[in-house]
Amino acid sequence: MRRALGKSLGLAALAVALLAGLAPHAALAARTDVTIGMQLEPPNLDPTGGAAAAIDEVVYANVFEGLTRIGADGSVLPALAASWDISDDGLVYTFNLRDGVTFHDGTAFDAEDVKFSLDRARAEDSTNAQKALFAAIDSVEAVDALTVKVTLSRLEGAFLFNIGWGDAVIVAQETAADNATRPVGTGPFMFSDWVQGDRVELVRNPDYWGKPAQLEKATFKFISDPTAAFAAVMAEDVDAFPIFPATETLAQFEADPRFSVVVGSTEGETILAINNGRAPFDDIKVRQALAHAIDRQAVIDGAMFGYGTPIGTHFAPHHPAYVDLTSQYPYDPERARALLAEAGHGDGLTVSLKLPPPSYARRGGEIIQQQLAAIGVTAEIENLEWAQWIAEPFKGKDYDLTIVSHTEPMDIGIYARDDYYFDYHSDAFKAIMTELNNTTDPARRTELFQDAQRRITDDAVNVFLFELAKAGVWNAKLKGLWANAPVQANDLTGAYWED
Amino acid sequence: MSMEPLTDLPRQERGRWRAQHLSLVIGAAITLGIIAIALLSVVWTPHDPNPTPLPIAERLKPPAGAHWFGTDLYGRDVLSMIMVGARNSILVALVAVGIGVGIGVPLGLFAAARRGWLDDVIMRVNDLVFAFPALLLAIMITALLGPGAINAIIAIGIFNIPVFARVTRGAALSLWTREYVLAARVAGKGSALISIEHILPNVANILVVQATIQFSLGILAEAALSYVGLGTQPPMSSWGRMLSESQTMFAFAPHVAIFPGLAIVITVLGLNLLGDGLRDMLDPRLRRERSTA
Repeated sequence: MRRALGKSLGLAALAVALLAGLAPHAALAARTDVTIGMQLEPPNLDPTGGAAAAIDEVVYANVFEGLTRIGADGSVLPALAASWDISDDGLVYTFNLRDGVTFHDGTAFDAEDVKFSLDRARAEDSTNAQKALFAAIDSVEAVDALTVKVTLSRLEGAFLFNIGWGDAVIVAQETAADNATRPVGTGPFMFSDWVQGDRVELVRNPDYWGKPAQLEKATFKFISDPTAAFAAVMAEDVDAFPIFPATETLAQFEADPRFSVVVGSTEGETILAINNGRAPFDDIKVRQALAHAIDRQAVIDGAMFGYGTPIGTHFAPHHPAYVDLTSQYPYDPERARALLAEAGHGDGLTVSLKLPPPSYARRGGEIIQQQLAAIGVTAEIENLEWAQWIAEPFKGKDYDLTIVSHTEPMDIGIYARDDYYFDYHSDAFKAIMTELNNTTDPARRTELFQDAQRRITDDAVNVFLFELAKAGVWNAKLKGLWANAPVQANDLTGAYWED
Repeated sequence: MSMEPLTDLPRQERGRWRAQHLSLVIGAAITLGIIAIALLSVVWTPHDPNPTPLPIAERLKPPAGAHWFGTDLYGRDVLSMIMVGARNSILVALVAVGIGVGIGVPLGLFAAARRGWLDDVIMRVNDLVFAFPALLLAIMITALLGPGAINAIIAIGIFNIPVFARVTRGAALSLWTREYVLAARVAGKGSALISIEHILPNVANILVVQATIQFSLGILAEAALSYVGLGTQPPMSSWGRMLSESQTMFAFAPHVAIFPGLAIVITVLGLNLLGDGLRDMLDPRLRRERSTA
């Protein structure tokens, strides 16, 4: 008996000692891998050669970096450029590059890479999806290995913001051609594997110039079906779904202590786009009638289960320059009918409503169809896949109405583009945008942004519905992910697991 | 193929008849019930299945009081939608069967009457269509022509054609060797006339049974096409689309998925029971086998 007691005491002591010894290891053994769920798979992995948001959502800030970068709050931060000087006339930007930066293939990063990347992006034959970002650049000069001088042909107020986009990341000349399938950048993570149709894997870059990532491995898993996405998060097969596709299920995650539900803002202005160039929408009265016919809150409640902020113009409501114009065309079916009658369509209209796959469009479309029916407009819904949507409404301007979310930041400039699918041509608006591009004074820029917002709302170019909410679900122990989406990104630089 | 009176059958056989009768009666009752509901929906539904604008504030109410089957995610009355959906399903399946019968039966009769290489060509083309999984073919056709109820009807109709052609030809071939057909030929009737006057009435039974089965398959196909978004388009109600819209809400609003699901199951079950019952009653071969057993 005594011996037995002594033995168990001894065992207990041993156990305590072992546990004490193990404890620090247990802390160290916090998970170092993460699986991020995304609804769409990127078509390629080169952010300088594709418009798909999914590309940036995998590689931006993780694999590729630009001279500047956009932070979680939307501010411009230094990245590969440690600092910069702007000439007094605002036309010459001198960037001082970081020393000791290498690409993932081991080659050194220097001023020549910057010159190559910017020249390639703005070249005549460039496949860059956002060439407008570089339109103001006149020349790029590598002064020495760590100094780059960019000269602008005109003032560009948002230049530092523009070169922080995923489309403006710095690539190496030797590997640029293969970035679509084997991306080589300077970021804290390196590309490891891409199993098409399933996942992309990244591993930590041990030679990163800055603070190394805390995660050793990151997997982006592509799950297009909302039901499967829900099941994958519930089963903890994915640790985070930053843009969760089925907002109706968020309440279930909120009730579960294993998960955090973080609702933030995006730059996604969701609009009922109108083909301004096609009759009867070339008549402003018809467009205003549509604006009066739509009950935004019903669309937000019905399509997004309440997640979303009503907007009255093409601008993000969390931006300081935003003007709330939601009451300019209040929901008023009577007024809408009257306007239609004034425009000579008192006996109704039949129009097409082409819808891309996301649920905001498909569900929003059904609600809007009925709201339009209430004013005598018969909208015939046509559901399109993304490729069809890009080909028909977006590139071919072959549509009457469509619903889509414009997720690029500060993209009100698209209303000045003659070739854009709205087919909206306003010299007054273009004049505002030209002045805006030539203005660096923040107060004046804000005024001009507001003029621009009022202009497109006065012209009722589109029906502005709501700002898409970024409803993300992730494991409660996973920290450091972005709540908001000021740019299309899943920046994992600061992500870590809490014990 | 007239039916013998029940009283002429041996007792054991009579018991079997009742059992067969039961599935026939249940199947017919369900089918007639669904058709009645569909017809009723033309003149009356408890609520407007598509109010303008949609009453979003009423969404996802569980079954109770004013809404027996609850409301869906846009606040529409589920019962009203199911009633209108029944009309839609029946219409699509009916027209699709009509296409199958209208084209397939003449093809089958023609092939059986002509034989030779034309028969081969017709039947091999039929085999080709038949070899595709029916739904895959329907998806292909709607992807080609664009989604919509009309195109769903065409798609489902096309895969009905070889079914009816094959059944008709098989049954007609065996009839062409009968004495009364030979007699008709001797009397100088052409093969077209024989096909219509002598062959068709004698394959009608089999066709009725096949039509019932194809009808239930048509309802399933319409639901499946609408489920993947290629069938009936909003605002028209469709059971398949109701199911696909509700799949992410099953955990907290099961009624939006259960009721359209039940509607499909009950309708298809009813039609299959009816088809089985009809076959047992009408198919002479089965009946002979039974009586010799």
